[in-house]
Amino acid sequence: MKVLVAVKRVVDYNVKVRVKADNSGVDLANVKMSMNPFCEIAVEEAVRLKEKGVASEIVVVTIGPTTAQEQLRTALALGADRAILVESADELNSLAVAKLLKAVVDKEQPQLVIMGKQAIDSDNNQTGQMLGALTGFAQGTFASKVEVAGDKVNVTREIDGGLQTVALSLPAIVTTDLRLNEPRYASLPNIMKAKKKPLETVTPADLGVSTASTVKTIKVEAPATRSAGIKVKSVAELVEKLKNEAKVI
Amino acid sequence: MTILVIAEHTNAALAPATLNTVAAAAKIGGDIHVLVAGAACGAAAEAAAKIAGVAKVLVADDAAFAHQLPENVAPLVAELGKGYSHILAAATSNGKNILPRVAAALDVDQISEIIAVESADTFKRPIYAGNAIATVQSSAAVKVITVRATGFDPVAAEGGSAAVEAVSGAADAGKSTFVGEELAKSDRPELTAAKIVVSGGRGMQNGDNFKHLYALADKLGAAVGASRAAVDAGFVPNDMQVGQTGKIVAPQLYIAVGISGAIQHLAGMKDSKVIVAINKDEEAPIFQVADYGLVADLFDAVPELEQLV
Repeated sequence: MKVLVAVKRVVDYNVKVRVKADNSGVDLANVKMSMNPFCEIAVEEAVRLKEKGVASEIVVVTIGPTTAQEQLRTALALGADRAILVESADELNSLAVAKLLKAVVDKEQPQLVIMGKQAIDSDNNQTGQMLGALTGFAQGTFASKVEVAGDKVNVTREIDGGLQTVALSLPAIVTTDLRLNEPRYASLPNIMKAKKKPLETVTPADLGVSTASTVKTIKVEAPATRSAGIKVKSVAELVEKLKNEAKVI
Repeated sequence: MTILVIAEHTNAALAPATLNTVAAAAKIGGDIHVLVAGAACGAAAEAAAKIAGVAKVLVADDAAFAHQLPENVAPLVAELGKGYSHILAAATSNGKNILPRVAAALDVDQISEIIAVESADTFKRPIYAGNAIATVQSSAAVKVITVRATGFDPVAAEGGSAAVEAVSGAADAGKSTFVGEELAKSDRPELTAAKIVVSGGRGMQNGDNFKHLYALADKLGAAVGASRAAVDAGFVPNDMQVGQTGKIVAPQLYIAVGISGAIQHLAGMKDSKVIVAINKDEEAPIFQVADYGLVADLFDAVPELEQLV
């Protein structure tokens, strides 16, 4: 079974982002970029499926600037077999990304597409579901367990208040939640080997996809800050303040 | 301008998040219709008809919609939604699952988790885990939007008398089946709806120690949450997680116990009205957002607090 994994290059999750002075966006000059954490979980899940003999080939794809090759090489070092970069310098909305992925799915014909549930930059949580609509595939979002059985995949999903399990006919799309697995680190020999694995670059135009968008960002601001309050000396003082000052208990 | 709100419900009852979503619709302006798609969902539809400000309730009652499988529900919403100016759903696990599939079916972008309505086409939403707020404008024919419940005060659940109309549409797509559900059973209020939330972090040291928080919560009528660190350490299940990658809460009172205050946790609770932090590390970042900070060993302070409230 061929597995397609989609990943995104984003600001590293440890970076505290700052809004630009002109409110045009966040300042990403000279900040560390990494693979989106949910995408790392997606790569790991695909590699585990291959180790179990369920997956035969893992193709990793990203849509992004030339530098996104770094994240593809990381995925190759973790165990993906080959990579596709859909090169676009523009920041694309989820629908455009989903359309590009649909074109890649049409070409590659994977049985399973695994991707992160959301990217930690735009926080949209849309692309997997949109790809579901465009391909007609079933979707198992926010997955905490994935089991392929015959022509179906059972996905246990993190939902409000607990877990839900659904059985999806293949081909299907899975989006990962935090508890699905704990991603491994790439070993040095595998990082060296990854440099020799195939990486193909295409453009949205090659795929015949328009990336026009109906949503534009007008401005980006820093959130309202919350100022620190006071330190209380004892539990008794705390209770007194909550009862008489804040009046919340 | 007519807005379609997708109801969040359990078939038997309407979920409170629906009221916040209707509130967002009311801010946009125009007639508000509510779609209740489910199976044997008459009770939820009746409740929806009573919501203040709702003009019409559409009910799609079909076994295929019983478990809100997106492969079945999204085509229905896309078909019904074509004639509307906006389609809104709560940014719950359900709304997030279904609505992007609707947007793509309609070939429009989606705007996720709005926290404010600037005008009928302009909205504010958090990005970068709440470290920045983007104002976005949509030129789409149908604006497909999920609504963060904490950004909008709920409208009244009573007072309306909307007409209820049965609709039919797409049914079982035959691509997915519901296998089962494990829902955490609790007498405590639901995290996102609770007036008071008591949360524990890595400082709790183990899952067993959460019993101190449960005791305090029961005394206060509060829900119990946790930081991602406590979830990652295996102390408690993930559905208790408060933070950017978990639940977003904005109660009247949030008590953070043994929580250092990582950015990703703050993103999930910083809109709470009053924040209390109990931590033995006086340098913990949580104190920078807390209205009342208590530097103390939580294992002394929490039982004492339980006695005094």
